[in-house]
Amino acid sequence: MPKPLLALALALLVALAVSHFGDRIDPYFLDVLIGVGINITLAVSLNLVNGYTGQFSLGHAGFMSVGAYASAAITVLLGPRLLGDSGGTTVQQGWLFFAALLAGGAGAALAGLIVGIPSLRLKGDYLALVTLGFGEIIRVVFQNVDALGGALGLNGIPNYTTVFWVYATVAVTVFTVVCLVRSTYGRGFLATRDDEIAAESVGLNTTRYKIAAFVIAAFFAGIAGGLYGHFKLTITPTGFDFTKSIEIVVMVILGGMGNTPGVILAAILLTVLPEFLRPVEQYRMIVYSLLLIGLMLLRPQGLFNLNFGALVGRSRRRAALPPASAQPPAA
Amino acid sequence: MTEFLQQLLNGLSLGAIYALIALGYTMVYGVLRFINFAHSDVFMVGAYIGYYAGQHLPVGTLGGGLLVLLAAMAGCSLLGMAIERLAYRRLRGAPTLNVLITAIGVSLFLESAGQAVFGAAPRTFPMVFPVRNLRFAGLAVSSNQLVVIAVAILLMIALQLIVFRTRIGTAMRAVSLNPRAAQLVGVNLNVVISFTFGLGSALAGAGGVLYALNYPSIDPLMGVMPGMKAFVAAVLGGVGNIPGAALGGLILGTVETFVNGSQWSTYKDAIAFAILIGILLFRPAGLLGRAVPEKV
Repeated sequence: MPKPLLALALALLVALAVSHFGDRIDPYFLDVLIGVGINITLAVSLNLVNGYTGQFSLGHAGFMSVGAYASAAITVLLGPRLLGDSGGTTVQQGWLFFAALLAGGAGAALAGLIVGIPSLRLKGDYLALVTLGFGEIIRVVFQNVDALGGALGLNGIPNYTTVFWVYATVAVTVFTVVCLVRSTYGRGFLATRDDEIAAESVGLNTTRYKIAAFVIAAFFAGIAGGLYGHFKLTITPTGFDFTKSIEIVVMVILGGMGNTPGVILAAILLTVLPEFLRPVEQYRMIVYSLLLIGLMLLRPQGLFNLNFGALVGRSRRRAALPPASAQPPAA
Repeated sequence: MTEFLQQLLNGLSLGAIYALIALGYTMVYGVLRFINFAHSDVFMVGAYIGYYAGQHLPVGTLGGGLLVLLAAMAGCSLLGMAIERLAYRRLRGAPTLNVLITAIGVSLFLESAGQAVFGAAPRTFPMVFPVRNLRFAGLAVSSNQLVVIAVAILLMIALQLIVFRTRIGTAMRAVSLNPRAAQLVGVNLNVVISFTFGLGSALAGAGGVLYALNYPSIDPLMGVMPGMKAFVAAVLGGVGNIPGAALGGLILGTVETFVNGSQWSTYKDAIAFAILIGILLFRPAGLLGRAVPEKV
């Protein structure tokens, strides 16, 4: 078995084991653990777009909301019909949840495709704004769909999310993103980021790469949204606004754009830290914003962009190229 | 017909405010080629300066109101220059993405600091101008609407004069055309950029006070939506183009008011973004802008 696949299988096993002993673990700790996992999924998937492909998207929360609503619609509206009055067995519920998550991911991927095709013709600031705009449009649309609860949100979502589902998703997301950018095909993402014109001139279809990155990222954001909905049991359109997108972006930037281990660390840190900062909750966003500004001024390559390979004694053979920010500015 | 004219009037007074904010975006984009996300929060700070000034100045007269307006403009002007000095200046020449992220950071900082300093709860903006409701040919016109439109027009004329009739305005245009060449002929880049931020932020401050006159509930996040819509207005008119920003603001304000008055009112916040996406797809240079081919 190749090493990455082995790692994936191992991660799934660990997730299953932790989930199995879930009853004996402190529920508060489990909640934090689930929150961390969902944020890792979001950050790692966004990193494919913002980090590896170099396209700045500010609409990740919008795709998350599509996934959350699509999967919740299936379990809430279709679930009772499929499982009957008894609510079904645990296994049946598991399959339903699995299908709902996939549907959520597919819905978000479709949204990503619809958003991506027109907006990825734009660059930099404009792309950021258009993705932000689409995120807001998605929110306004959900506020106006009465079948999904409108502005009040959707309630009574069954509590299906467990540590297993969350960390299985994390494992699959990290596996997909890491293997993708290391593959021959995936080098195109890095090429698109590093020099679009050069990439075009050697025959890469950069538009296709950008859209692929966008759709894949949206897919995992949608699944994360489904997990989030079945964890919080209530979703409102305003829960997926601009601020949520920014939160994910901060994780990616803090971890170092195009650096998956760093982004995972940042996602963990930024999910656990607010738990300790609860007494000074109102200052959390001040800290966030200063962190952003400070990082850009002092350490634009991200806080955790260390050379992990060198740290554990291996050679400097790294998949990640220097981040785009390390490039000299374009003339 | 009266209904139509009434909505048009409301739309124009909203659009005039959007235009004032849009001018700040456009001018900064003109000289530095980046979107100053924090601009919408400077607008918010303007409203708060007006709020506090309104408590300490003799208001309720035309002169008092103008004094409040001037205080907000001066305060925001200083804030804008400080932001440029502390955050953006060090990033000149850095990749676009870093500047963009910094701008988002500054914006978040102003919002969260605003919540900590001013409190997150909305406050009621004082009536700093004398209020009189006029009826004119069947139209309900509030004196505040007239103040908004008059002040906006005067400020835009002043801006046009500064940009086209003064030395510093000439320098601004030179920097916008080619920063390096401008430096070669002796233009002090730092001074020009600082001045641009000050000028744009002053307009945002005026916009904040005028907005609060018509929508007197102010809170630290009040800038987000008007700011984004003003940005859309700037893009609609052609980013970097001053008359374009004014035109875009008026169009956007009018469209939004009409949508708000129709059965689609719940979609009013989405319409601006729909316009943004449409314009970027079909005419990225904007209505009055000129397309610039990218150099390889």
